[in-house]
Amino acid sequence: MSDGAHDKLQWTAVYTLPPQDEAMAQVERELLDGLAARGFDDAAVFAVKLGFQEALVNAFVHGNRHDPAKTVDVRYRLEPDRVIIEVEDRGKGFDPSVVPDPTIEENLTKPTGRGILLMRAFMSNIEYLPPGNRVRMTYTRPGASGDSEASSSAGAASS
Amino acid sequence: MSSSRLRITERSGITCIGFIDRNILDEANIQRIGEEISRVIDAQVQPRILINFENVDHLSSAALGTLITVNDRIRAKDGQLRLACIDPQIHKVFVITKLINLFQIHDTLEDALKSFS
Repeated sequence: MSDGAHDKLQWTAVYTLPPQDEAMAQVERELLDGLAARGFDDAAVFAVKLGFQEALVNAFVHGNRHDPAKTVDVRYRLEPDRVIIEVEDRGKGFDPSVVPDPTIEENLTKPTGRGILLMRAFMSNIEYLPPGNRVRMTYTRPGASGDSEASSSAGAASS
Repeated sequence: MSSSRLRITERSGITCIGFIDRNILDEANIQRIGEEISRVIDAQVQPRILINFENVDHLSSAALGTLITVNDRIRAKDGQLRLACIDPQIHKVFVITKLINLFQIHDTLEDALKSFS
């Protein structure tokens, strides 16, 4: 859930993205370059790339329903041991708890519905903020202290 | 310039498909790949297809969806599909989604080729 401390986060970068591959790729490159510069390993870069891609696809496809006039807001905060990413679409939001489990037998051959599962599996934490059109994901370096967002140095200067 | 995103070769009656792109992520690219593989399936009576992931270091849930559709089309023609040389991180994606139970995945091309009946 959203709280005041989270909303005071100072972001390393803030973007409003149109539904264009080049714009998304540019932001992704900057984000991943930032991780690499902080010494995050290949597994971390893979995880963040996957989580970020799935969140963007969900935002443009399900949130904005492919509307070419609608944009998506992206914010991220790079810290020494973690990255916090928010992706916000222009949709009405949704309840992620009603998304069918794609791993059960009857859903295994359905071609869609795996994005949130992968985000949850590869990121350290994800949460949908009311009304459900904003996802906040955190990847924390394995073994790093302060795994919980409650320990966030909210409001601290961004790097 | 060819717009193909795939490398397609034949080995002992088996169609081997490899990817030109290291990242199978964006929607347009995934759709094009799906269409190309569908044409390969359509051209065969009983498709025997090996998809080689050795050049791939990233893929998305949308790409998984395309693979599922490809698998369905091959099974509908009583054919066989094998996947091979999947990067450990991507293999984890197959495990998490339990698609490891849907696809026959092999460590090497040779193992995959030998597995066709």
